[in-house]
Amino acid sequence: MNSLGKKIYAWIDERVQLQNLVQFLGKKYVPVHRHSVWYYFGGVSLFLFLIQVVTGILLLLYYKSGEELAFESIQYIMSKVQFGWLVRSIHSWAANLFVLSAMIHMFSVLFEKSYRNPREITWITGMLMFFLAMGFGFSGYLLPWNELAFFATKVGTDIAGVVPFIGKPIMIFLRGGEDVTGATLSRFFGFHVAVFPGLFTLLLGVHLVLVQRQGMSEPLEFEKTPQASHKTMPFFPNFLLRDLLLWLLVLNLLAILAVFFPWELGKKADAFAPAPAGIKPEWYFLFMFQTLKYIPAQILFIDGEVLGIMVFSVAGFLWLVIPFWDRKSSRGENNRFVNYIGLFVVIYIIVFTIVGWLL
Amino acid sequence: MKSMDQPHQESKRDFLKYILGGSFFAWVASVVYPVMAYMKPPKQGEVEVSSVKVGALNEIENDSGRIVKFGTKPVIVVRTADGEFHAFSATCTHLDCTVQYRKDFGVIWCACHNGKYDFNGRNISGPPPRPLDEYRVVVQGNEVLVSKKT
Repeated sequence: MNSLGKKIYAWIDERVQLQNLVQFLGKKYVPVHRHSVWYYFGGVSLFLFLIQVVTGILLLLYYKSGEELAFESIQYIMSKVQFGWLVRSIHSWAANLFVLSAMIHMFSVLFEKSYRNPREITWITGMLMFFLAMGFGFSGYLLPWNELAFFATKVGTDIAGVVPFIGKPIMIFLRGGEDVTGATLSRFFGFHVAVFPGLFTLLLGVHLVLVQRQGMSEPLEFEKTPQASHKTMPFFPNFLLRDLLLWLLVLNLLAILAVFFPWELGKKADAFAPAPAGIKPEWYFLFMFQTLKYIPAQILFIDGEVLGIMVFSVAGFLWLVIPFWDRKSSRGENNRFVNYIGLFVVIYIIVFTIVGWLL
Repeated sequence: MKSMDQPHQESKRDFLKYILGGSFFAWVASVVYPVMAYMKPPKQGEVEVSSVKVGALNEIENDSGRIVKFGTKPVIVVRTADGEFHAFSATCTHLDCTVQYRKDFGVIWCACHNGKYDFNGRNISGPPPRPLDEYRVVVQGNEVLVSKKT
């Protein structure tokens, strides 16, 4: 550190005792084993989230919400604003990569059983962030006010409305009325740029502090072998530098995707046009969308869609509270049942996403 | 003396507890209620529409369909191959998408989840749970009108 840097450090240290903080941040070690590669996806997700914050703020400089303004303002960003096409394209691509990366992170944590005692809160905050990520995706999708987004929002909010008793008021709250209109756009805009980022930042803070405080999770096998035989790597600087290199690679991938596959804007939404053929939601909702297509109209006395939505809700809830019903992993035993469920879910999502994509 | 005082003190303290607790809840309610009420969108005064024009009879081809604005709702008007008119709410009973007439299938079709309805609005295939609501078609001279079924 040069002398000016040292002086600044000493000045701050004298006032807020940085020493403790530096110690707190510097003590983390990353376990090295054959599944270590999965540790990188948390960092990649964080990086993609930061990209979303930056590009989101840039888009806010020109984006206008409203039925008569939203589509036109995105057109303006993409055709008139310098590098507007790039910023928007990166925002859209990074959103998708973020969901993918968070998904990989989630499944790796699941298969490693890293959610087990004492990391239950880390899992819960992570899952809540994942649900928020889907909320970000769903609300952000509507903001360009194009045809696909309009119908995706109609279907998505109607699904909320199908839930018995509480569904209808929730649907009206989300839509800002009975139908999807400019009022819905205003609300989604508010959720997307204010409510969700606020909640997400809070959860992310807790998540990161916990990871720092409890250290990285070690695989279950480590519990059966002596401590001295475990290989580790200091988080700072060894792991962080590797992480940064990966961030650079991800940034390059994003640039390539944004330049060679720019995000399309489509046609402006028209409430009196039929839903276009081949309409699909974003890929991460596709497996649920495809399932809804296959469920018959009536199963016993229940509407098929109600049943489908209830099953997905219950499954999502059970997934969220895994650390509390998988007691075996917390005791340090191998729980194959969770592996089978995880595998089933991965295969289900992949198969239904591909089928939904092709049909 | 002290033992005589205690129950009195207790009830005084209880009284204060209820007053403070009660006013705390009243305060919370006075904040939460307006916020909740604010989030509930006000009812829009809808203009009551009794009938709308679809178009001129000679301009609507046989075996075709079109969507017209009926107030704030879309209504689909289908003219069959033999010249008959049918009109239904264009909102799919499954998940709210807007349906269209598919010449190649000869049915009313929803692109979102592949739901199909026949010319009586009956849900004949796919996930829709109910038929489409029917509207009345009136031909006056060369003009085709749709109105609500009474």
